[in-house]
Amino acid sequence: MRPSLALLRKDLLLERRAPESVPAMLLFSLTTFVLFHFGIGRDEVTGSLAAGVLLVTLLFAAILGINRLFVSEHEEGGFDAVLMAPIDRTAFFFAKAGALFVFLVLVEIVAMAGFSILLLGVSPWPTLPGLILVLVLLNIALSTVGTLVSALAIQTRARDLIVPLVGLPMLVPALIAAARACAPLFAAGGPGSIPGKWLLVLGLYDLVFGLLAYAVFEFLLED
Amino acid sequence: MHGKGLRALSLVTFAALAATFALVFFYAPLDADQGFIQKIFYLHVPVAIVTLVAYVVAAGFAIAHLRTGNRQWDLRSYTTIHIALIFNIVGLVTGSIWAKASWGHWWVWDEPTLVSFLIVFLLFATYQPLRFSIEDPERQARYASVFSIMGGAFVPLNFIAVREATGYVHPRVLASTDGGLPGSMAFVFVIAIISVALLFATIVAYEISSKNTSWQIRALRRRALGDDAVTPLGRTAAPTMGTSLRGAS
Repeated sequence: MRPSLALLRKDLLLERRAPESVPAMLLFSLTTFVLFHFGIGRDEVTGSLAAGVLLVTLLFAAILGINRLFVSEHEEGGFDAVLMAPIDRTAFFFAKAGALFVFLVLVEIVAMAGFSILLLGVSPWPTLPGLILVLVLLNIALSTVGTLVSALAIQTRARDLIVPLVGLPMLVPALIAAARACAPLFAAGGPGSIPGKWLLVLGLYDLVFGLLAYAVFEFLLED
Repeated sequence: MHGKGLRALSLVTFAALAATFALVFFYAPLDADQGFIQKIFYLHVPVAIVTLVAYVVAAGFAIAHLRTGNRQWDLRSYTTIHIALIFNIVGLVTGSIWAKASWGHWWVWDEPTLVSFLIVFLLFATYQPLRFSIEDPERQARYASVFSIMGGAFVPLNFIAVREATGYVHPRVLASTDGGLPGSMAFVFVIAIISVALLFATIVAYEISSKNTSWQIRALRRRALGDDAVTPLGRTAAPTMGTSLRGAS
């Protein structure tokens, strides 16, 4: 556990001293909301449209962060350092997934505020408890699968192509479940209850891909 | 020698396919509701099932590759996904034709098999670009195995999510296999699955032995004529093996 925390601390410190991923993801999300406003020609969105706009934006923003997740290791020789250190390699996985999770939470806090002001047609406050639950489950999916895809792509010649190409289809089931779970929250007549079925599907996705990513991650490092 | 048993396998596959076609057109009853077009069911559904099973089997091969380090498993995994991708396209096209014929649209979003099929296709279509973008053959094999394990787990999960997300608006032929499908149709359907699976296995066997044979020829040429006689390998998405023939059976 301690090596993971040390590596996580390093990533957060790096992001704090030289902010790179989080501001980019944030700006991207806000720009995308503006684009959606003009693209769909609505001043306010509710229901499944609101869920779709919010979650697709977050998914694309996450792709930006996933793209950059291992860049510092790749460029500065951090992979060798981790491989030479007497620690379990999965500690690296947990640290990276944890860092991505924290980035996503930071982005979502601001993006959600922006979304409520710019586009959302209902009051955001009553939706918050349900929304937080769905977003936490979605973030687990994004950060575990994202870490794996990022590690897969970093050693290839076409990193920025491979991440969205592999990552987006892989995350489709998580997006389906999260969007269906969120849609009743944003219903025009006040938030409805989240269908438990979709939380279950999202949880199942987290569990299966979390365990799998954990199991296969070390094969991406042996060099 | 590679390709042992290929002739027998080919003959069996040919016979099974011929028998299936005969059964589909002359034995299976016409669907009361959809008429003749329903016969595409005997092609579309077996192709879809074989494709999805093949992706999961490829994940099994990939696990074997990561566990043993034997590159023959990577070759099997690669070939299975390669052929499954082609079957996937066949399944998409036949499904689209069927949708047009029975529901009037080339694409229906509330048909979970078709939709999840498209998503699975989009995921596995990135398998070749991923391999192609990694030059070191050993690393290429390892990364491709990681991808195909994730893909194997993705197939059932994706199907669950898509199936739950689609409304049950349209009647489904397979919705009640036990009760709904008349005996003669179910019989022809099972035969169709078997022959499509045989066709799949035959094509995979051909590709594997072709790849193994060309590796062997390269190695023999190099040994007989020296290094200059073989042109260097360019970048490729397909698994490659050096001069060593060990592990190639």
